Amino acid sequence: MQQPIDGVLEAPYVMEYTYRRSLGPVMSAFFTALRDGRLLGARTASGKLVVPPLEWDPETGAAIAGLEPVAEEGVVTAATWVAAPEARHLLQEPFAYALIQLDGASTAMLHAVACASLEACPVGTRVKLVWSESRTGSLRDIRCFEPVK
Amino acid sequence: MSEATKPVVKDVTTMAAPVSLKFRARAGKDLSRFLRGMKERRIVGRVCPSCNYVYVPPRGACPTCGCPMGDERVLPETGTITTFCIVNIPFEGQKLKPPYVCASVLLDGADVALFHLVGGCDVNDVRMGMRVRAEWVDEADAELSLETIRYFVPTGEPDRPLAQIREHI
Ligand SMILES: [Zn+2]
Repeated sequence: MQQPIDGVLEAPYVMEYTYRRSLGPVMSAFFTALRDGRLLGARTASGKLVVPPLEWDPETGAAIAGLEPVAEEGVVTAATWVAAPEARHLLQEPFAYALIQLDGASTAMLHAVACASLEACPVGTRVKLVWSESRTGSLRDIRCFEPVK
Repeated sequence: MSEATKPVVKDVTTMAAPVSLKFRARAGKDLSRFLRGMKERRIVGRVCPSCNYVYVPPRGACPTCGCPMGDERVLPETGTITTFCIVNIPFEGQKLKPPYVCASVLLDGADVALFHLVGGCDVNDVRMGMRVRAEWVDEADAELSLETIRYFVPTGEPDRPLAQIREHI
């Protein structure tokens, strides 16, 4: 606890809820595959490939037809720059948060792109997935994406 | 590796989804004085000049009258349990091993109860009206914290009749 000059005490105060949620059959398969180094998307009845997968077709509400592997390369459809990453961020160096549409996917997923500046990651940039060395079954199993040289 | 010794790799069926809010809290002038009292192992309250209620911890203004509070008052370390609960359920971040007792303790001379722990007896012996006394940590371990009172322990005196504490529950 600090004692500032005005005599009023100050201290850090952290409010935390340590939730753990169950994943259900679709997300369980997705995260298990991530842990094993494979990325899955959800194929809907109309033929779209939703990445990351949803449990239900966002257009019809019907159950998805199944899960299937997705390419590890894609294209940036939007990006913003994180100049001062915090401890909770995926990367500790400045990086771009980007929407990435993987080849064959109908939707874009949000993830980090490791690059020198936002100028190095314009819309249309081709990027590829970099796996984390130790994987536990979380979205952090994808360490980041990086531009394809 | 034989079938029998092969490690079983299970599916991922849950994910950690913590919610964390990081604040920097300022205690305010009155609570700061109270906490400094704790470090000296003294319990500091404050009296309302209008209704004469003694608040502990002290406040800047009386919640009933709305007026600024008056004199500071050092309270004794003895009091009476008004209400209590037995905590039987473990949870993350818990400091004591269940079962243990949380209680509202009405210090002698105070008009509002202080929320704290009760120790030094079987949880099933705790009751409304029970007389207790603060058990302090050692002087060297005293901090700017309510935890400088380790817990309240029974004094062994006869219980106070509920009629005498009803107003303060
Ligand atoms: Zn008052």
